[in-house]
Amino acid sequence: MYSDKVMDHFNNPRNVGEIEEADGTGSVGNPDCGDIMKLTLSIEDNKIKDVKFKTFGCGAAIATSSMVTELVMGKNIDEAEDISNDTVAEALDGLPPVKMHCSNLAADALHAAIKDYKEKNN
Amino acid sequence: MDKIYFDHNATTPVLDEVFDAMLPYLKEEWGNPSSIHWAGRVPKKAVEDAREKVAAFLGCSPVEIIFTSSGTESDNLGIKGLAYAKKKKGNHIITTKVEHPAVLKTCKYLEKEGFEVTYLNVDEEGMIDLGDLKESIRPETILITVMYANNETGVIFPVEEIGRIAKEHKITFHTDAVQAAGKIPIDTSSLDVDLLTISGHKLYAPKGVGALFVRRGTRLVPVIHGGHHERNRRGGTENVAGIVGLGTACEIATRDMEKERAHLEKITKRLENGIIERVPDIHINGGGSPRLMNTSNISFEFIEGESILLGLDMHQIAASSGSACTSGSLEPTHVLLAMGKTAELSHGSIRFSLGRTNTVDEVDLLIDVLPPIVERMRSMSPLYAGSNEPVVFKR
Repeated sequence: MYSDKVMDHFNNPRNVGEIEEADGTGSVGNPDCGDIMKLTLSIEDNKIKDVKFKTFGCGAAIATSSMVTELVMGKNIDEAEDISNDTVAEALDGLPPVKMHCSNLAADALHAAIKDYKEKNN
Repeated sequence: MDKIYFDHNATTPVLDEVFDAMLPYLKEEWGNPSSIHWAGRVPKKAVEDAREKVAAFLGCSPVEIIFTSSGTESDNLGIKGLAYAKKKKGNHIITTKVEHPAVLKTCKYLEKEGFEVTYLNVDEEGMIDLGDLKESIRPETILITVMYANNETGVIFPVEEIGRIAKEHKITFHTDAVQAAGKIPIDTSSLDVDLLTISGHKLYAPKGVGALFVRRGTRLVPVIHGGHHERNRRGGTENVAGIVGLGTACEIATRDMEKERAHLEKITKRLENGIIERVPDIHINGGGSPRLMNTSNISFEFIEGESILLGLDMHQIAASSGSACTSGSLEPTHVLLAMGKTAELSHGSIRFSLGRTNTVDEVDLLIDVLPPIVERMRSMSPLYAGSNEPVVFKR
């Protein structure tokens, strides 16, 4: 049901955890639908120096969280803002259709964290 | 790595004895049981022999057995068939919130057809209140349909008392006994039940065959119209091989029940106690109620069920979950929600349902591999107490 890439990220998730005193924090999802993601960013000179995630959810939720951290590590904020949920799903060689809606929230968490960073620095 | 199957409430393997009994009816004895010529005679006798075996298994007369394609069809026939037959007498049906979708969706459909349905609540242990049942009875109540045992939690309902209450009020009583059949003894001769559903593939017969017990004198309107099959109550040429398989499986279930019950009780207890000892922050769903001895439904706090299943699948262990992800919908299981469990706990539930071929060694392997999987998922969860600041969400 899941691609090899999804299973790889599920079994060996990258960048799990939480950055203490993060520059930006994004939390999305809700317990009713069964997926909650929390993403923390460390940002220096407009660049994402470090990123970590914690996720409550299914295999797809964990894999998309892991993948988004890999996609944005070292990127400029502008570049990171261009990443969409679809970008993440594509990078994982796709997700089962039923998961596209409910478990594909990682980019939303990223955008929420960037927004939080921008609000803090304005 | 050997494959381990702990999902017998979903389906069971076909027993060798069952398969061997079926085989002739897929090969040389392919005739139509309705034919009067030579080709039909042997299949006809096979169907009637199977009917006797199913009847013996349920403690009834062979004429009280209708063969169908599935438990779902039996539920549809029992509920719709009775409702339409009695609609001049009344339009009220009583069921519970934790029925299988085969019953719940059938009741929902009948609501659109002008029937009124009361869905009884269950308590936090998954049990109904007989006081609630009595209070919800109206003069126009024509049917009570309450499952024998719940497929998700294994909670066994008080069908004897429900039957007595139904009889006192001259209300027809249907029970979906799909999960109970083959696990605990069912005796329609001592039970005030009028309609009772069983399914082949839950008791080591193949998929595609089920049966409905219809007590003599209970009138049903057919749901599947066609020829004169099943005494005009269910059209369609008989699934002879499937029916033979069901008959054989019922015979084996009767023969082996005591031995299998003891075995299943032992290994399921070992599994549940092993998990209780080694994994903190869990809930045994329905643990305070009488339960089928093969079913253990456990909620793991802070994590989601599908991710646990994927972790178990890496060890070739099969189980199931009440999480939305495995149901194909966005909602977690209606059964645990009805028991008052939170959405998180419902998403985080795993059902282990054991069967006759499971062993102590398989259970011990599960108890070894599960705790690290749970620990790993919790270390990734923003809901876990180890998290720097707990995430609070608005509903």
